[in-house]
Amino acid sequence: MRESRLWFLFVLAGACMIVLLGAHLFVMHLETFMGYLGITIHEPLAYAEVMARAKSVSWLVIYMALLILALYHGLYGVRSVLLETINMKHHSTVTAVIVIVGLIAAVFGSYIVIQSYMMGGL
Amino acid sequence: MERKTIVFKIQRYAPNQDKEPYFKSYEVPVEQGMTILECLWYIKENLDSTISFRSSCRMGICGSCAMFIQGRPRLACETQTLELKSSTIEIKPLPNYDIIKDLVVDQRNLFRNHKKVKPYIISEKATSNPTKEYIQSVAQLEQYLQFNYCLKCGCCLAACPTMATDTNFLGPQALAQAFRYNTDSRDRAGNARFQIVDTFEGIWRCHMAGACSDACPKGVDPAMAIQLLKRHSIFGSRKEYSDYAGPLPKNRRPDIPDAPAPTVKGARTNGRGNGKGKKGRR
Ligand code: SF4
Ligand code: SF4
Ligand code: FES
Repeated sequence: MRESRLWFLFVLAGACMIVLLGAHLFVMHLETFMGYLGITIHEPLAYAEVMARAKSVSWLVIYMALLILALYHGLYGVRSVLLETINMKHHSTVTAVIVIVGLIAAVFGSYIVIQSYMMGGL
Repeated sequence: MERKTIVFKIQRYAPNQDKEPYFKSYEVPVEQGMTILECLWYIKENLDSTISFRSSCRMGICGSCAMFIQGRPRLACETQTLELKSSTIEIKPLPNYDIIKDLVVDQRNLFRNHKKVKPYIISEKATSNPTKEYIQSVAQLEQYLQFNYCLKCGCCLAACPTMATDTNFLGPQALAQAFRYNTDSRDRAGNARFQIVDTFEGIWRCHMAGACSDACPKGVDPAMAIQLLKRHSIFGSRKEYSDYAGPLPKNRRPDIPDAPAPTVKGARTNGRGNGKGKKGRR
C-alpha cells in the first residue's frame, strides 16, 4: 500500500483516539470532572461497575475500536522509528514483524474484551 | 583593485594511496572577481598539479563544481573568493558522497535516484514525430518552472541530514524532479511516479529540515516540492492538463524571424529535425 494511505490512517487513528481515550479517561479516572458536568459516576473501578460496563455493547465497541486504533497508531510509530534506525535495503521485514506483533496483540486484547463481555454481570 | 593573499586549506585524499583524508595548504594571490574555481585552477596550474576537482561550464550551468566551501555546499564557479571575507578558506568534498579523489565525489547515487523517478514527460499522446503541439499556459508553466532550474549539482543531498543517515533515501533532488514532472501539464504519469516516491524511502522519509532548499545554488526549493508531493499524495493534485492541439501551422508566422545559419557543416536546418539525422547518445 502507498505510504500516504498508511500515514493518513495513522493520523485518523490518532484523531479518533482523542475522542475514545477522552471518554475512557473521563469515565474511569476523572469522575470528579464529570461531576462538574452534572454526571455522577460512583466508583468506576469497583468490580460491579467494571462488569456492568463490560456487558454493554457500546462499551464493547468503544474498547474494540480503541484497541485496534491504539495498536495501529502506536505500531506505525514504532515501525517509523525502526525503519529510520535500522538501515535496511528492504523494509518489508520490519513491516512484517510489526504486523505479526500487532495481530498477536489484537487477538490477545480482543480476547479480554470479548471474554469480559460474555461474562457480563457475573 | 583589491588584492589579497589567501590560504586555501584543501582536503586531499586518494583512496588507493592515503590512509585517510588530510589537509594541504596553498597560498593564492587573489584579485577582486576571482571565483573559488579560478583559485583552484591557479593552484593546479602553478602550485600542485596533482589536485583533483571537477568543473566544466564555469558559469553555474553544468553543476559539476559543487564542493564544501567554508562549511557550506556551494558551486565553486559561483562563489566569489573575496566575498567570503576570510584569509583562510577551507574546501572539502561534498559530504554524504564517497570520495573518488580529493574534491571529486561519486555522484552515481544522485543520478540513479534521479533516473528512478522517471524525469521526463510521459504521455500516451507524445510521439517522437509530433504532428501537433501542446498548448501550455504561463500559469501552467509556472507550476514547475523553478524546479526546472535544477543543475543536478548535488548540493542539496550534501546538506540533507536524512541523506547522511539513510543511504536508501531518494533525496531532495530526485523528489523535486518527481514533483516537477508530476506538475507539468503535458505529463500523465503522476500515478506511476507516486508508486516510486509515495514510499518510506521517498517523500515520507523527509524530516522537513529544509537544509536542501537553503543549500541550492539555483534557488530551487526541494523541501517545498516534497511537502507539496505529500499534500498531493493525500488530497490529490487537481492538476490541469494541456490540450494536445494542432495541427502544427504549415506556414510560420511572419513575425518569427529565420533561425541563424548553422555553424556546423551538414547540420539539419528544418529546426524540428527530419528524423533522419544520426541518433545522439543518451
Ligand atoms: S535542487 Fe538545487 S542543489 Fe539540488 S541538485 Fe538541483 S540545483 Fe543542485
Ligand atoms: S527538507 Fe527533507 S530532503 Fe530537504 S534537507 Fe530536510 S530532510 Fe533532506
Ligand atoms: S563549473 Fe559548471 S556549474 Fe560550476
